[in-house]
Amino acid sequence: MLTYIIRRLLLMVVTLFGVSVVIFLLLRIVPGNIADILFDSAGLIDPAEKAKIVADLGLDLPLPQQYAQWIGGLFRGDLGFSYVSEKPVLDEIAPRIPITARLAALALFFSIVAGVPLGVISAVRQNSGLDYGLRVLSLSGLSMPSFWLGLLILMFCVHFFGTIPIYDRAPETFWAWFAMLAIPAAAVGFRSSALIMRLTRSSMLEVLGQDFVRTARSKGLSEANVTYNHALRNAVLPVITTIGIETAFLFGGLIVTETVFNIPGVARFLVEAIRWRDYPMVQNLVLFIAIIVVTVNLIVDLIYMVVDPRIRYSE
Amino acid sequence: MAPVLEVSGLSTVFHTRRGLVRAVQDVSFSVNAGETLAIVGESGCGKTITALSLMRLIPMPPGEITSGSVKLDGQDLLKVDEATMRTLRGSKIAMIFQEPMTALNPLLTVGKQIAEMVMLHDKASSQVARKRAVEMLHHVRIPEPERRAREYPHQMSGGMRQRAMIAMALACRPKVLVADEPTTALDVTIQAQILDLIGDLQSEFGTAVVLITHDLGVVAETAQRVVVMYAGRKVEEAPVGEIFARPMHPYLRGLLNSIPHVNSARGVEVDEPVRLQEISGIVPALNDLPPGCAFSPRCSMSEERCTRERPPFELKADDHYAACWRA
Repeated sequence: MLTYIIRRLLLMVVTLFGVSVVIFLLLRIVPGNIADILFDSAGLIDPAEKAKIVADLGLDLPLPQQYAQWIGGLFRGDLGFSYVSEKPVLDEIAPRIPITARLAALALFFSIVAGVPLGVISAVRQNSGLDYGLRVLSLSGLSMPSFWLGLLILMFCVHFFGTIPIYDRAPETFWAWFAMLAIPAAAVGFRSSALIMRLTRSSMLEVLGQDFVRTARSKGLSEANVTYNHALRNAVLPVITTIGIETAFLFGGLIVTETVFNIPGVARFLVEAIRWRDYPMVQNLVLFIAIIVVTVNLIVDLIYMVVDPRIRYSE
Repeated sequence: MAPVLEVSGLSTVFHTRRGLVRAVQDVSFSVNAGETLAIVGESGCGKTITALSLMRLIPMPPGEITSGSVKLDGQDLLKVDEATMRTLRGSKIAMIFQEPMTALNPLLTVGKQIAEMVMLHDKASSQVARKRAVEMLHHVRIPEPERRAREYPHQMSGGMRQRAMIAMALACRPKVLVADEPTTALDVTIQAQILDLIGDLQSEFGTAVVLITHDLGVVAETAQRVVVMYAGRKVEEAPVGEIFARPMHPYLRGLLNSIPHVNSARGVEVDEPVRLQEISGIVPALNDLPPGCAFSPRCSMSEERCTRERPPFELKADDHYAACWRA
């Protein structure tokens, strides 16, 4: 188990190296840099000044050297300075991460709490009216874009309650956070929960048809015991994988939701940084998200090993 | 001696899109304590559905047990409510399945899967149940039962898993053991061991065994009484010696003829190689049975009456029943 984790951690480093190279090159392939943008849009007209900006930011250096500067800085804990705000990148990102993390965590919580039990119910009551209702609901969850749903919820709340909690300053208590993020989290989580529900349902149906479920019944176990202890444990394995993927998606995919609900999180900030070709900002943010994704994947695999002895013992 | 298990007039159907499938029709038999009754027939003849009906494990819907009674010690299993049935399943009537590779839960240790049942039926504490599980594994001659109890199914061979299944099924000392093709998925040497094991435990515990099989060799070795099924119905029933000495139904005769003989199979010591006799044709679809004898389309002895009228299941010789106009 330990050697497995160590091997995975080494693989993670390789993956992150790959991600860093790709994001670094992609940013440089995109036409224009911050100097061009300032020059074009902000009305700077002196070419000497533009050349000075380019030189100041080190954008005229050969690419390997620029890359080395970035990575070298990372190892010293120096993420560089934002081109736009000229503040340290770390100071800019750090306060935004918890906001997005909370939103993503809450959305994930909603989607698991709703998706898994509804999926089980849907499978156990296969082809009943309830099952059909849940399937229609989940299908609409998958087909509805979360920003549109978010807007609908916004309009609904404003129309009927006259108001909606809007992020203007950081809430102080847990419940204030919850109240603030619940609606956007529900809007994003709806899609994930629909996905998780459908997967739980099909996975449960498959497992419920298997021989060992019949064995469990032949032992005289109650239907609840058969469903939860025997079937669900087996059915939840593919669901865990999806939860992992959804976590990664939620962390990077909240751009629209954050915009609609005016939440100052990472995702919206990233789009802004891309627009300004704020290289240090974008590079570090993307690398950060990549770290989240690979870490979540590692956790998912470890959970797999805990739940499934067949995987545990083959390692 | 009153039989432990008395099945009479059991009929099970499935409501499907292609119509009503009559999987089991009017099947009756009884088994005494310590005895083995074999139910024989080819795939799709209703053997397994009969077994599952005894346990009331038929998925309903689409399945439905339309009539009959299954009396276990005088109590009709088809009349009790589901909660009562659950207390009987595993404790009074237990089942082992054909496919040991998939019949155990891959995520739970074998010991846990046995102990779970002991805890449920005998209200035993987890330590006691655990000990019983190890005992049972020892009983079914699994070496190092302590260690094996902590292992998962995937760490065991097919034969070992089937032993574990037997240990599980017998852990609560059931009166009746329904064994659905317990050796079909195993190789021949293991088959013999498993059959011996079932036989030994049966005489030790006095369990009545309903053995479902398509293997007439297995029947000859283990059963006292034999029921032959075809297309959901009983076609012949007799003590095992009778069945092999004087098979009456052409279907059973066909089955016996289709067993390869060692010499003819190897082609030695035979003046003239004998072609293995098969029963031509296929089993009729259970949702589209012919009006007369279900075997008549494949039967070489079939006459006009066979296709028109279904032969009654009647006594043909001493304790020997069959359903055939020509027998």
